[in-house]
Amino acid sequence: MTLLNEPVLSVKGLTKGFTLHLHGGVQLPVVENAAFDLFAGECVVLGGPSGAGKSSILKMIYGNYLTGAGEIRMRHDGAMIDLASANTRTILAVRRRTMGYVSQFLRVIPRVATLDIVTEPALAAGLSSEEGRARAASILTLLNLPERLWSLPPSTFSGGEQQRVNIARGFAGNHSLLILDEPTASLDAVNRNAVLTLIEQRKAQGAAFLGIFHDQEMRERVADRIVDVSAFAPCVREAA
Amino acid sequence: MTTTYNFAYLDEQTKRMIRRAILKAIAIPGYQVPFASREMPMPYGWGTGGVQVTAAILGPKDVLKVIDQGADDTTNAVSIRAFFARTANVAVTTRTVEATIIQTRHRVPEEALTADQILVYQVPIPEPLRFLEPRETETRTMHALSEYGLMHVKLYEDIARHGHIATAYAYPVEVAGRYVMDPSPIPKFDNPKMNQCPALQLFGAGREKRIYAVPPYTTVVSLDFEDYPFERNTFAHPCALCNATDSYLDEVVTDDKGGRMYVCSDTDHCEERRANGHRGNQLADAPLDAMPRIEAAE
Amino acid sequence: MTVPLLTAGGLTKRYGGINACAHISFTLDEGEVLAIVGESGSGKSTLLNILAGRMTPDAGDVRYRMRDGVVRNLADLGEAERRLLMRTDWGFVHQDASHGLRMNVSAGGNIGERLMAIGDRNYGDIRLSAADWLTRVEIDTDRMDHKPTTYSGGMRQRLQIARNLVTSPRLVFMDEPTGGLDVSVQARLLDLIRGLVADMGLAVVLVTHDLAVARLLSHRILVMKQGHVIETGLTDRVLDDPQAPYTQLLVSSVLAA
Repeated sequence: MTLLNEPVLSVKGLTKGFTLHLHGGVQLPVVENAAFDLFAGECVVLGGPSGAGKSSILKMIYGNYLTGAGEIRMRHDGAMIDLASANTRTILAVRRRTMGYVSQFLRVIPRVATLDIVTEPALAAGLSSEEGRARAASILTLLNLPERLWSLPPSTFSGGEQQRVNIARGFAGNHSLLILDEPTASLDAVNRNAVLTLIEQRKAQGAAFLGIFHDQEMRERVADRIVDVSAFAPCVREAA
Repeated sequence: MTTTYNFAYLDEQTKRMIRRAILKAIAIPGYQVPFASREMPMPYGWGTGGVQVTAAILGPKDVLKVIDQGADDTTNAVSIRAFFARTANVAVTTRTVEATIIQTRHRVPEEALTADQILVYQVPIPEPLRFLEPRETETRTMHALSEYGLMHVKLYEDIARHGHIATAYAYPVEVAGRYVMDPSPIPKFDNPKMNQCPALQLFGAGREKRIYAVPPYTTVVSLDFEDYPFERNTFAHPCALCNATDSYLDEVVTDDKGGRMYVCSDTDHCEERRANGHRGNQLADAPLDAMPRIEAAE
Repeated sequence: MTVPLLTAGGLTKRYGGINACAHISFTLDEGEVLAIVGESGSGKSTLLNILAGRMTPDAGDVRYRMRDGVVRNLADLGEAERRLLMRTDWGFVHQDASHGLRMNVSAGGNIGERLMAIGDRNYGDIRLSAADWLTRVEIDTDRMDHKPTTYSGGMRQRLQIARNLVTSPRLVFMDEPTGGLDVSVQARLLDLIRGLVADMGLAVVLVTHDLAVARLLSHRILVMKQGHVIETGLTDRVLDDPQAPYTQLLVSSVLAA
């Protein structure tokens, strides 16, 4: 099924800058000509100092940020597409079926029960209601979230519990590419291990991971390769 | 000095205008045709629509009957009969079988009508959707596009509120499978008589300025739900005077102790039955001529 | 290649010298939620009314893929067809629920009206459908025979939604559906809308001035100012990485609780 010699994600010439129109049009360049590949079954971690653009790269890949220039080639439905120039319909389809995203914090949707939140991506991926709920339950169990919390909305949970719901939601679909933006920052050691187990299980099934982990230990355990994004720092051009 | 009137009061041009409206109404059964309703020597609400229709179709050889709630001898009926007697000098009668034109307020005669007869109904509000949709622009569009869902909403509301369709009179009907019509405030008991009637049925609303018609032998179906079908009401008692069990009865208060009797609303029907020997329990031993026939004024 | 459900092409509407809509074009897919956001005077309500066939544009057209798969220009539909479309395959949720309900008809009658309009003639079945829908919009079925005049604002809005959805429309227009409601009521209503949209695969065109509502409910967003589309794209992209100056201004102006 997966061609091991072709990457599932290939980033070339990726460039991004912000223009702050409300501040006199100040330009903030972020990254320039970022390039790297990601293969099935591996986990690549973006390294580099804070503010180097790691998060921005992840967001561009997910379609959450607009790309300034460059290509984001991704395997979707058996073909390679360029997400940087894809239309909204394509990006939405990619997010449903191919690419998942786990952010640092859970953006809480009011009043929806935890189990339903986690089941939603499974249903979007085409699982039946029963299968989806079963999968959601098994992931939540793996992440040590007690069953008595599953019927409650997560807004009253602790930060760590909320983040585990967030992670569970990220892993509930059939995504072959998962983007993780500091997913374990608010977790204790036991739960960091649980997340690691999840990642390793999925890697073994062929999923590819691209992530940011500030915790050195976590980084060393999970990364197959580290890409230092300070190599893509924009050249600062002096005003003439 | 006596004023002379044109035959049946209206001038000939007005009659032609009304006849055109009538022809159009007959051509489109159940459809409300607007017409230029004239000022009549009786106020709105007293049958001006019915009178104008009758005046337009009346001829010197016609025999006219006028009933009000089934009776020939109430104020409205007497006045209108006198009006036509004076302005048209036409023969008048109280006997349904003798009449060629019957103008009625709120009842259909019990006696089955024939192809030689015309029934003219007095109509207060011609628009069946008016109570739920006050906008004329909207109701006209609904009729034009056959959008009658709202009519069933009215019946639904009845059942929800009363457990059954509580509309007892002016019960809406569908005419010739197309237009939904208000049959005027006749009791729903009379609705089945409209269906496949050999006589021409004309409807006149003077204040609202509409004329509509049901041609002879037209299908007229009362609206209902599958699980709440249209039911004709029945009475617990027969007529106290003539013992009829299948006519529409009026409740008459007989004394100040709450005594009541139920008698045929159709006075002519009741008299005919009594003349043919039928007697109700209130007649008992009274001789047949104790209840004199009402003589029509010539 | 899927055919879009709704296509707007060059829609233009002027009120005297004022441009309410200037050459607006976009497509909407089945199951997609598009938010049209803008401040007062942006032309968003005018655009919604044109899309929903309630107003004719001065230029441009709106095309819709009917249930039989044929794409029709709205302007070519006969009035009977258009009214039928609006009663069956489309819904329109007004900001003020009393504009979208018959206030003197019971809740059950309000929900059942569309069913009766398409020919349902079994009272029992109609009542069952009405009860089912009241439950789905979280209104106690005990209130089925009450008129919406006795309902709170939030309940009326939920009833309006039920009334629109009973014929399983594929496209629903919403004009500030939570405007004027208490904040707690808003949250509940938005949740309900989110759930129904997902369950029924509805396509929605949603007009709102509230970016949080847009973020919660929509896939894509159209930012309007003075009749023009300033920016468009994925909702989370436009709100998190706004490109146009006006969009950046809008996003930065949102108060955080």
